[in-house]
Amino acid sequence: MTAGSDLFTFEGVEVVTPDGTTILRDVDLAIPADRTTVVVGPSGAGKSTLLRLCNRLEVPTSGTVRFRGAPLDDLDPRAHRRRVGMVFQRPTTFPGSVGDNLLVADPTADHDRQHDVLSAVGLDGGLHDREADALSGGEAQRLCIARALLTGPEVLLLDEPTSALDEEARDEVEALGDRLRERGVTLVWITHDQAQAARQGDHVVAMAQGRVVFSGPVDEARTAGVLRGGEGS
Amino acid sequence: MVAVTATQEAVAIGWQGVAISLLLVVLAVVVSWRRQLALERPLVEATLRSLAQLVAVGYGLRVLFDPDLSVLWSVGWVVFMVLFAAWTIDRRAGRVDGLVPLATLATGLAALVTLGTVFGLGIFPFEARYLVPLAGMMIGNPMKSGVLSVRRTVDELAEQRPAVEARVALGQPWQEAARPFLRRALRDALTPQVETTRAVGLVFLPGAMTGLILAGVDPLDAVLVQAAIMFLILGGVAVTSLVLVTGTARRLFTDDDRLVALARTGG
Repeated sequence: MTAGSDLFTFEGVEVVTPDGTTILRDVDLAIPADRTTVVVGPSGAGKSTLLRLCNRLEVPTSGTVRFRGAPLDDLDPRAHRRRVGMVFQRPTTFPGSVGDNLLVADPTADHDRQHDVLSAVGLDGGLHDREADALSGGEAQRLCIARALLTGPEVLLLDEPTSALDEEARDEVEALGDRLRERGVTLVWITHDQAQAARQGDHVVAMAQGRVVFSGPVDEARTAGVLRGGEGS
Repeated sequence: MVAVTATQEAVAIGWQGVAISLLLVVLAVVVSWRRQLALERPLVEATLRSLAQLVAVGYGLRVLFDPDLSVLWSVGWVVFMVLFAAWTIDRRAGRVDGLVPLATLATGLAALVTLGTVFGLGIFPFEARYLVPLAGMMIGNPMKSGVLSVRRTVDELAEQRPAVEARVALGQPWQEAARPFLRRALRDALTPQVETTRAVGLVFLPGAMTGLILAGVDPLDAVLVQAAIMFLILGGVAVTSLVLVTGTARRLFTDDDRLVALARTGG
């Protein structure tokens, strides 16, 4: 597989914080295009940092991250971030209404476009004028996804998007994952939840202590014991 | 031009007067000793230190105010004040790289705008006697708000990192991503001076006015001088805070809009 057919490639990537803590070490990894990649591993394994590198919220201390073969250093960071949307663990809504939140992502989005994107994430268009901080956790997370979709991303990076939500809201967001794939958006999804990883993933990346310890299709991940349980559920 | 006249007798309390006021320090020392506050030594040290500093400044000003001495010496003194204020902001505001040049720009600009207005429009004559004390107020007050500006900017961005990064992740440039939080930091930095301006006269009589009244100037004349000074200070504080909030934020973001690692200032 050439670098060009991969979505992201990591070559000898290392991330060290200013106080000298190594977060990622010797990461060589290819995240395939057109498939959902789930990133699993214990807390502190470096999963979030891996994802933040993809959106350029972090840069490697050494090594190279490529997007569709091009080093991120060579790409315009703002344009890149709009191609590669990011959804955080805790839904972060901005002050103002749901509509105001959408306008932050795209100030030119008219009423129809805002309604379209709200219905794409399963939110009622009537919520448009609701104060964003009055939404439930699940609604707020879906608003964050809607906001990210307004930049027209090819990829959505999801950093444990359901870990702060209750079960019902989690199911809503997972169902939304399926709809996003149908829209042709590639997902890279961090999760703690082995069953969720098995449900959502085609490709599995397992991390431990700042290193990638497994990268391969979900079936191989089961054989290798990286994924436990959650068989097709 | 404000007519300021004072009688010499009203101003000079002499060394005798100072010695009498020191009796009250002795009283404070006695209270500290009887109540076991352990403040005797700091009290005596602070008293002696302030006396030495003020006497030194008094002799210095006497030299600067000599009518035969060029006013450029006073201008030099003002430049020194700006540099000292910038160093103080850097020392007290916490760790921000490259803060000294920025703080020099901010306080220097405040001094230039306010003193330029005062002397350019002829509100006071361009003489050492007016330049040095006015510069003290036009640099000292912005210095205080400058420290607050830097601290509030760092704290606000540190606290609001998730919201800032959520905006940056949507492709916003740092200026837009940080705007709501910088607005809040700027408001917080300006509020104390606005409150002081609002309460002036009702709660406390500000320094310049108190000094003039003590020196025997007609209270209404003193009020006019004070009003002019207060408005200038407000302008100087606004200039300094704006430069420092914007400039500090610039230093906390990389060229690709990433917010650098921040520790709260604890201030």
